[in-house]
Amino acid sequence: MKDLLTALQAVTAGIAVTVLIYWLLNLGVQKLPEKAKRRIEPYVFIGPVLLLIGLFVVWPTLQSIRLSFMEEAIDGSTTWVGFQNFKDLFAEDYFASMVINNLMWIAIVPILTVSLGLAIAQFANNVGSRQEKIFKSIFFMPMTISFVSAAVIWRYIYAYAPEGQNQVGILNTIWLKFGGSPQVWFQIEAFKLNNILLMVILIWLSAGYSMVLLSAAIKSVPEDTLEAGRVDGASTGQIFFKIVLPQIWPTALAVFITTLIGAMKVFDIVLAMTGGNYNTTVLAQTFYLEYFIYGNTGKAMATVVILILAIIPVMVYQVRHYRKFEAVR
Amino acid sequence: MTKTEKRSSSKVSFLILSVLAAIWLFPTVGLFVTSLREKTEAQRTGWWDVIFRPFSQDWDISAYSAVLSENNLGASFISSMAVTVPATILPLLFAAYAAYGFTFLKFKGREFYFSIIIGLLVVPIQGALVPVLKMFISFTEKTGIQISGQYAAAWFVHSAFAMPLAIYILRNYMMTIPNTLIEAARVDGASNFTIFWRLVLPISVPALASFAIFQFLWVWNDYLIAFVFVGNERPVLTYTLLAMLGPYGEGWQSVAAGSFISMSIPLLIFFSLQRYFVRGLTAGAVK
Repeated sequence: MKDLLTALQAVTAGIAVTVLIYWLLNLGVQKLPEKAKRRIEPYVFIGPVLLLIGLFVVWPTLQSIRLSFMEEAIDGSTTWVGFQNFKDLFAEDYFASMVINNLMWIAIVPILTVSLGLAIAQFANNVGSRQEKIFKSIFFMPMTISFVSAAVIWRYIYAYAPEGQNQVGILNTIWLKFGGSPQVWFQIEAFKLNNILLMVILIWLSAGYSMVLLSAAIKSVPEDTLEAGRVDGASTGQIFFKIVLPQIWPTALAVFITTLIGAMKVFDIVLAMTGGNYNTTVLAQTFYLEYFIYGNTGKAMATVVILILAIIPVMVYQVRHYRKFEAVR
Repeated sequence: MTKTEKRSSSKVSFLILSVLAAIWLFPTVGLFVTSLREKTEAQRTGWWDVIFRPFSQDWDISAYSAVLSENNLGASFISSMAVTVPATILPLLFAAYAAYGFTFLKFKGREFYFSIIIGLLVVPIQGALVPVLKMFISFTEKTGIQISGQYAAAWFVHSAFAMPLAIYILRNYMMTIPNTLIEAARVDGASNFTIFWRLVLPISVPALASFAIFQFLWVWNDYLIAFVFVGNERPVLTYTLLAMLGPYGEGWQSVAAGSFISMSIPLLIFFSLQRYFVRGLTAGAVK
């Protein structure tokens, strides 16, 4: 009960203070002469956000880059070590497989998530509205599941029992039906199978997100463009690929990029399923281990810098795309 | 398309969706059935065996009662709420303000600032984590005010990282509001503050609700930020569940029960705000 009260107090105070800040800022700006007011008022609206982003996103990210060239002593003092942290990281025997794993995550997960979401959204658009709602809720449901719960769910699917005992994992049960012998799935490194089994979990978790956004896009495609296609005798497939798809392309791209970033910084699934063993480690998980478990700040920051470098092309593309889009607006 | 063609295409769609939906539901249903089974039996046979013979089975809800009676799950539930509710409302408020500024106010550097925000859409949280933590610690050393370990620490970080996407979605939505509406209000002598609260914010409810759903789900299910900034003093649900799981996954049955309790809130949010999804998310995206 005491917990609940403190929590309620904190929540109310936090929200009240924020509203008060905006109110006071506005009050101050209204007192200014007209000309100054016009100039300063926009910053009342965007200023707090710029401050928040500057303080908690931009500045810390730059600090991380600086720290990747530093060695941190126990007392927190830092000395410049140049590229030593990166050299240490490159020399780790897991480094090559870590990079390959990350590349696989970004090559496989986003494309499958978007395609699946698109397919589900399109099919759901064809069935009655009551069924559509039920189906959508089913696909969305994994989004309400945290990674810990997902890990428990999927551990159970991939479960292993020695030969001769009853299998409780569905994958081994099916495998046995086809004449195989029980497998410890997470230890199969051939063709990166264990990594792919982990990716399945992220796809399962995020297809709902992709479906919701793409379904909203499909529904806002103007009916007359579809009608025009039908009048011209286009098939269902042609209508989808030639009329619907080009119009929802910006949304598909946005979903692709968000899932790409999600796949790039994947960490909790790996942590909860394999802990990075059997060559399943990824960048974000190495960062977590190096900093929070081994206390190796420099190396953790070097890992982060590689992650940032990998994301820069996406960032540049994103800004350019926006500029182009804005120009035709 | 003729009527019969339409009907057959709807039937095919229904069939494909049913198969996919069965696959999608399978893992969760499996865990749910298992969480209700007696522990040794659950390890002896697959859960699909009992579905068809429900009376040959000893059902057992002790996992749920055990998880509920352990008071730390109740406390974690409150913690998760205390982190998630402000971490959803505050970024919405901040972002709505900024989106208004970017849409309806003219000022120097508007395009420049907005490009930065677009670029920051993709910056990973891991990049900022350690310096922010250090910043909180040195702030505490200088002022004596504790931030790390408090809910507020998580609010700041969640809000900041939610900001770019929130601004982007809200601005796209606000751009569909006719400018003449805003001008008319200005002519009537309304200040921007009034226009924002009385006119733009109410119109933007679909976009606000859509973003709120996603933000709520992400924060509720987040582990990293809660682990780093709130930690074990006020453990949130994901933190408690992972601790319950144990290093070898031996606590899975309690975690299963806890998971279904934890899912209830996000599901509730989803079903109550779902109707805003279509209008709220794609404004300005389809051309």
